[in-house]
Amino acid sequence: MIDLGISFARVAFIMMFILSLGGLLGWIERKQSAIMQDRIGANRASIFGIRAWGLFHPLADALKLLTKEDFRPVRADRFLFSLAPFLSVFFALVAFAAIPFGDVLRVGGREIPLQAVTLNVGILYVFAMLSVGVYGVMLAGWSSANNYALLGGQRAAALMISAEVAIGASIMGVVMVYGSLNLMDIVRGQGALLGGWIPEWGIVTQPLAFVLFLTAGIASTKRIPFDTPEGESEIIGYFIEYSGMKAGMFMMSDFLETVVIAGLTVSLFLGGWQVPYLAADGFHFPWGATWGLSHLVVTVLQIGAFSVKVMVLIFVLMLVRWTLPRFRYDQAMRLGWLGLFPLAILNIVITGLVLLLVRGRA
Amino acid sequence: MRFGQRFYLAEVVSGIVLTARHFFANMGRHIAHALGRRQARGAVTIQYPEERRPMSPRLRSLHRLVRREDGSPRCVACMMCETVCPAHCIYIVADEHPNPEIEKVPARFDIDLGKCVFCGYCVEACPEDAIRMDTGILEFSAYSRSSMIYTKEALLALEPAGADGRPQSPIPMPARRTVS
Repeated sequence: MIDLGISFARVAFIMMFILSLGGLLGWIERKQSAIMQDRIGANRASIFGIRAWGLFHPLADALKLLTKEDFRPVRADRFLFSLAPFLSVFFALVAFAAIPFGDVLRVGGREIPLQAVTLNVGILYVFAMLSVGVYGVMLAGWSSANNYALLGGQRAAALMISAEVAIGASIMGVVMVYGSLNLMDIVRGQGALLGGWIPEWGIVTQPLAFVLFLTAGIASTKRIPFDTPEGESEIIGYFIEYSGMKAGMFMMSDFLETVVIAGLTVSLFLGGWQVPYLAADGFHFPWGATWGLSHLVVTVLQIGAFSVKVMVLIFVLMLVRWTLPRFRYDQAMRLGWLGLFPLAILNIVITGLVLLLVRGRA
Repeated sequence: MRFGQRFYLAEVVSGIVLTARHFFANMGRHIAHALGRRQARGAVTIQYPEERRPMSPRLRSLHRLVRREDGSPRCVACMMCETVCPAHCIYIVADEHPNPEIEKVPARFDIDLGKCVFCGYCVEACPEDAIRMDTGILEFSAYSRSSMIYTKEALLALEPAGADGRPQSPIPMPARRTVS
């Protein structure tokens, strides 16, 4: 019974984390882009005269979308048309489950790993969920009975495949360095120190893979500069026939995927929940000083570090999204297949050679 | 394209540095503003209904009819403005003025703002300086065409804009405006 409660609490924590962050992203996106462009941004929604810098706008948007007409084209496939947005959001939501947000918490003789689902192939699970998520997009494009939507869905599928291949190839280096497919083990492996000073984060050991992964990750969120599936400003995208909250769900799944990619990048390349020099019993600085901390404080610090890292990475992703123009369809394809993929293969070869030289085994 | 530009990455990073610099500079100014340094502004936005941009005194805004000392219109219904109006948006019905010194007075003076092109010819044509476009009011949208028609009474009630260019008379709201 208690085990069930603990499992539920773990899942609930992740759900709250990702859902609230996904909702907040709408506000962050508006405000950050406004400040970057010397504007103020949406600030008019108010509750009892309190504006709170436009924080109520996501709420107002959700209310508006929920009360709008839920339109379905006459020739659309009734079942699949309704299923598509749910698929899209569902797989974006569950993808976060295998990402650890803290080390093992010991309470009352129990060992609780701080991740929603303990999987020894966690990394494959996350990619599987992210890949399956594109089915929602493709179904939306197909079931709308609209040629523009169909073309948008096809662009999404093509972009997704070229991004997934690059993602899969780029993380191989990380998997080789840390020797595990379990995200928890990968994050633990990043706690070691390189030469006694530098934390052995993935960005230090795999800098090329980091750039490749981030690029392909942005592509898999279908946001600018890789928003060829949607192209909201001029080309017509896969959810053209959707209205109301169903369209809102597609937008939300983009935000959720941004959170997932941020969480995954943090786990693979930025040390996950690791705080530099923080071990299970406190800080051990490389110059010899130690600062003992209780287990609970260490856990809170780790969860805090993970959240801060995710927020910072979301900021960077937003910065990219509001800085770069869109890649044309053929440019995105060329970048994926002729740029990212060969470089990722090269990265695997170099990593293998270095590992062979350093450790004496591949 | 230079060789370096073909790899995107350097150009992407330089672009991100530029936008990030804007972000942090503006964020700093926003925080300074919130902490009390009122002259620091992180955005060029004018918060319109509360804040209005300064307007030139020569701006042609909503018309008004100038009053005499006794409150009656200065207009003598000479039809000059109605004649010169390129949009034919002025409609005047003349009447006898009780004072024998003054020839006529408008019984009706309607301006259809849905037709008006704000050329200002009526103001220039008027020999009595009876019509002016100096109220500073720019907001007179309405829900119907008929409520875009301003009558003599409505035009007489309007005041000129203040020295700062702000309208002195209340801005006519569409819902409250009477339909003639």
